[in-house]
Formats: sequence, structure tokens, C-alpha cells
Amino acid sequence: MKYLKGFKKYYGQKIMWYLITLIFAIVLNFVLPRLMPGDPVASIAAGSVSGMTDATAIQKVLNDYAEKFGVNEPMIVQFGIWAKNAIRGDFGVSFGQYPRTVADIIRSSVGWTLALQLPAILVGWILGNLLGAVAAYIRGAFDKVILPVFLFVSNFPAFGMAIILLTVFGINLKWFPTSGGYGFDLIPNMSWEFIRSVISHYQLPFWSIVLITIGGQAIGMRSMAIYELNADYVKYSRFLGIKDRKIVGYVFRNAMLPQITGLAMSLGTMMGGALVAEIIFSYPGIGSTLMTAVRGQDYPLISACTLIITVMVLLANLFVELIYGVIDPRVKAAQQD
Amino acid sequence: MKNTLRQVFHSPKFVIGFVIFAALLLTTIIYPIVVTADPLEMVGNGNFFKPGTYVSVKDAVEGTRYTLNIDVKSGSLDNKISAEDKEAMKEWLLKFGGLTEADIDTNDVEGLIGLWEANYSADAQQKGLTASKKKYYVRLNNSIDGILLDNDVIIARENPETGELEQSATVGSREFVNTKDVANRRTFILGTDNFGRDVLTELVQATKTSLRVGIIAGVIATLIGLFLGLISGYVGGVVDDIIMFITNMFTVIPSFVLLILISYSVGQNARGVNLVGIIIGLTSWTWTTRSVRSQVISLRNRDHVNLSKLSGHSMMRIVLTDILPYLASYVVMAFILQISSGILSEAQLSMLGLGPSTSTAATLGLMMNWATAYAAPLNGSWWAYFPVVVTIALIAFSLNLMNTGLDQVFNPQLRD
Repeated sequence: MKYLKGFKKYYGQKIMWYLITLIFAIVLNFVLPRLMPGDPVASIAAGSVSGMTDATAIQKVLNDYAEKFGVNEPMIVQFGIWAKNAIRGDFGVSFGQYPRTVADIIRSSVGWTLALQLPAILVGWILGNLLGAVAAYIRGAFDKVILPVFLFVSNFPAFGMAIILLTVFGINLKWFPTSGGYGFDLIPNMSWEFIRSVISHYQLPFWSIVLITIGGQAIGMRSMAIYELNADYVKYSRFLGIKDRKIVGYVFRNAMLPQITGLAMSLGTMMGGALVAEIIFSYPGIGSTLMTAVRGQDYPLISACTLIITVMVLLANLFVELIYGVIDPRVKAAQQD
Repeated sequence: MKNTLRQVFHSPKFVIGFVIFAALLLTTIIYPIVVTADPLEMVGNGNFFKPGTYVSVKDAVEGTRYTLNIDVKSGSLDNKISAEDKEAMKEWLLKFGGLTEADIDTNDVEGLIGLWEANYSADAQQKGLTASKKKYYVRLNNSIDGILLDNDVIIARENPETGELEQSATVGSREFVNTKDVANRRTFILGTDNFGRDVLTELVQATKTSLRVGIIAGVIATLIGLFLGLISGYVGGVVDDIIMFITNMFTVIPSFVLLILISYSVGQNARGVNLVGIIIGLTSWTWTTRSVRSQVISLRNRDHVNLSKLSGHSMMRIVLTDILPYLASYVVMAFILQISSGILSEAQLSMLGLGPSTSTAATLGLMMNWATAYAAPLNGSWWAYFPVVVTIALIAFSLNLMNTGLDQVFNPQLRD
């Protein structure tokens, strides 16, 4: 009972902290663009009246913007209006893809990004850790070959790996389609043909993210595992005659913990890289949407994209930390005191 | 100091990384001295010219000609008849020419042409062929006939008075020019990009600019990180709590998002190379802060620091003389990693269209951005993006190798 209470406290604190961070991030999302010299809202309003000659029409447009964004109000009131709308999922209408609403565009792309990145990062992380641990344990030729390869591969930017896979497997070998999330001649539905098309379009983006992730994780895991293998408890266990398999289990578990924290800390960077990799394949996710928004000077869409990316990264981080609480015995012990 | 350096240069990983990095750096310095052309000059009139040497056609025609007794037919046949054409010819011969698989070898162009000339007839019964396919074979046949016809090419000038063409020379198929005789030629080792710029020259300049972005970002991030980490770790208490609270927040809020927001708001015109570097630096100090802080915490209760405190030295002096020297290796390692992640961040920003403005400078990210915007992968122009990707990877690889090497020197536990 006491044990559960401890966990509740741990989780409660974590969730509270992430809530505060989220609020902070939302404030940043609002304030940063407005602090800059080229205030986007002001320039939007200015841009849309340029070329108009009718004075009453100009006044009407400006009033409209003033009402929508509250540009004439003090900053804090503007934030109130913006936050109220954002919470209801109302980010206004996209400038670039008028008359679609921003919420609609985000809704249609966020699923693609989630379905691509979550499994890819997870698979890459697991494979990378396994390979790293094996390399540390076996050493020898395996280690000598695998390590430099991964060291080199992990230094490719995600979009670089994406473009190489695209060239080799998409264009030269023609094994997989080169762009889009599904065949351009199909309408999304639940038919087998559509699902097959989605799966074959999924391969290249998926593997480019997996390969990048494997490299970095394998190197980290390898050095963690070597560090652990030299620890006193390993020598003592060997001395006691405990089976190798069991010792490897201990080592793996101990080396894993920093890797989980590492994952939590680098998730943001990884997702950023993967978002850019989407552009290479014109994958219909947030990354491509963001690029379209930037090209089209579509401020409401950019701001909604950055907000949704932040929320995704924060949620993923929170999730990793909650799992960490279950896995790490030290957290458990700390909560029992 | 000398001893440490010697130790560092004994680490093979560090040395390999250092050599690669130094080679890249030297290239960016020496290449512009040798090749003085403006890297952003649009030489090619059109996009994505293949790598190779381009010689002036006019010079070649007017220059000295040499007759070589070389079989030129198979060379030009090979060049002009694509693999698809060969397959199509084989298919026709199998279906309508009455030949078997064993008779035809698509690798032997002359043999294939011989069979084709012997068997093809446009009037033959071609059951199951669409009209367009039939026409395709007629066209193919005509072009093969054209190649086989060994006519001289006539060069003519227009008479400015009468407007008539006057033959000035003929060029036979066995006449050659020595490329050294052609005065106007230009070699594009890596072809040209979508603007018609020489990719190699542009790449060298882009590497230089990207390194500058990385170094600016690295210096700023390291300075901020070092400052916050020192204060946080050394002062402790509430200051530590506040700094760590902020640092933790900026660790989980993706810096990528902050970069996008700031870069977008600054506006396209104001985004110079230096500013992009500064923005990247301002959003990537969290790692350094954390590692410096944890180092300072483990240092601040050491005997020599306590002794300094007892001697009444000022905080400034303790930090500078008793703590900083012990951090030097960590700071250098963090700085190296910051450079590499700064270069990567610039590339990613540019891919989104938020990089430095294009007209004044080339960066690795901008080159990637233009290559993808003009669909270089789809039209087979590998030279426009592949060298860029490799350069980015090489820079990051060399910096990370240096970092790993340093890590092994300063953390003996990690040594193999």
C-alpha cells in the first residue's frame, strides 16, 4: 500500500512537471514570434491590405485581423484569445491552403507522422541496444567491424540516409515507391490495395529512421556495457560462479537504464531529424506540412505544427519517464522511504 | 599540457578524426586560392549538367583534326541505343523474327544490329502489337539506319551578304580533336547544380560556411552552457534549482521547434549566416550546462577547492583557477559535439526553407534544399546531393571520432 502511494507521488510529480513545461512551451510558442522584429501577425495584416485602394475595405480587413488576433490589445489579452482558441483546437484558417482550417490539415497529417516515427524510433532503439550489447560482450572481429560502421552511419543526418535509400532502392532498384504515403491514384479507404500501397510507401522512410537510430544507440550501449562489464559486481559474480547468461542479464539491465534516460533526452532531436526526412519522401506527415507552410508563409499552420510537435515530444518524454519509474529499482526504493 | 597533448595524439580514434577534419578544413582554405571562380556564379545555362569536361564545339570544329583508325561505329551505337531499345529489339526478334533466345545477345550491339537489319521489316505480320508500338519500332529502325549510314557531317557558314549557306568543312566519323587543343573547355568534376553552378566549387564554399555556422553555434552554446553550469554547480541552492528547472525545460522542449519559431520570425532577409549560427547556439546549450554542472558538483568539495576557500580567495578566482582547468577536457569535448550538431541543425533548418538567405552564400543545407526542391534524385542527378550528404557525414564523423578519442583519454574506464 505504502509502495503504491510512493509511486503515485512519483507519477504525480512527473505529470505536474510536464504540465508546467507544456504551459511554458505554449507561452514560448506564442511569445517568440511576437518578440521578433518582424511580427508575423502585423506583417500578415499589412500584406493582405497591400494593393487594396478602397479605404473602407482596408479598414475592414484590418479590423477583422484585429478582432481575430487581438493585435490592438495588450500582449496578455492577445495570449488569452490565442490560448482559448488553441485549446479548442481552433488555429484559424490556413493562408496557404485556404479555405481549409489549420486543425483539419494537422489532423490529416499527424497520424502519418505518429505511425512512422514511433515504431521506427522504437525499433531502431531496441535493435541498436541489442547490437551494442552483443558487440560489447563478444568483442573481437564483430566489434571491430560493426563499431566503425555504426559510428559512420550514425553520423549521417536522417535526411541524408533518406536520400541515399531513395536513390538506391527507390530509383535505381525500383523496389519501393519514391514519394507520398500511398499511391497517387488511390483514394484512402480500407481496401487491400490501399493497405498494400501504404505498406510499400512506408518502407523507405521507416528504414532510414531505423538505420540512423540504430547507429547512435549501438555506440552508446556498447560503451555503457563495457563500463558495466568491468564493474566489481560482475567480477564478484564470476567469482561466485554465476552463469554467464545471468551476468549478461544483469549487465544488460544496468546498462539499459542510462540508455532509457538518453532516449528521453534525445527524443526531441531524433523527431526533428525524422521530420526533415519526411520531406525527402514527400511523406504526408507533419514534416512535409511544415515545409509547405514555410514555403507558403503560412504562419497559422507553422505555429500549429510547432505546437503539435512540442506536445508529441513532451508526451513521449513523459511516457519514457513513467516507464523508467517502473524499471529502475532505485526509483522504487526511493519512493518506499 | 604538453603531456596531455601527446597522450591525445596517441589515441588512434582522435588522430583519424583530426586528420579527416584537418583535411576538410585545409581544402576549404586552399581550394579557393587555386580556383578563384565565384562559387555562386551560374556557369551552366540550364540545370544539372553531368560531371565531366565540357569543350567548346566551335573550337573543336575549327581546330586541328586528326584521323584515327579506330572503329567508331560500335561506340556510337552503344551510346545511342539504350538498354530499353535493346530489350525491345530482342522482344521483336523473338516474337516476329523467328529467332530463339540462344541466337540473341543484347550485350553484343553489333551482332544485335546485324540480326535486326537482317530480320526486321515494318511490313511483317505483327500480331498483338499496338499501333503505337509498331510506330516505335519504325522510329527505332530509322534511327539505327541513320547511325549505320556513315555520312560526313557538313559544316556550313551563312554568307552575310547573300544569306546562303556555304560549305566550309566536312567532318568524317574517324576525325578526332585532341581536347588539349581546344582552348575553351571547363571541367566540372561534380557537374553543375540546378542554378548551373559548379557543384565542387560551391561545395567547398558551402563546407566553409557550414563550418562557420557550426563554430559560431558551438562557441555560443558552450559559453552559455559553461556559465550556467558553473554558477548552478558552484553556488548551488536556490540558484541551482532555478537554473536546473529552466535547463530541464529546454531539454524536453525540442530545440528544433524553437529554431523554427525564431528563424521564421526573424524573416528571410535578416537571416544571414552568422545570425543562423547565433540562433542555433542560443537553442542548444542545455547538454553543456548539465554536464558542466555535474562536474562542478563533484569538484567543489575537493580538498584543493576547500583550501582555496579557507585562504579567502574570491569566488571568481576559485572558479577560474581551481575549477575551470579540471573542466577543460569536458568543455572541449562538448564544444566539438556542439559544432557537429550545429552543422546538422543548419542543414535541417535549410531543408525546411528556414536557412540563411540563398543569394549571398551557399551552405551544405541550402545545397540539399535546392537539390531536393528541383527533384535531383528523381532525375538521376546524384552529383547535386550525394557529395553534400557525404561531406556532412564526414564532418560529423571526424568530430565524433575526435570526441570519442578524447573521451577515452580522459576516462580511462572506457579504454578498450
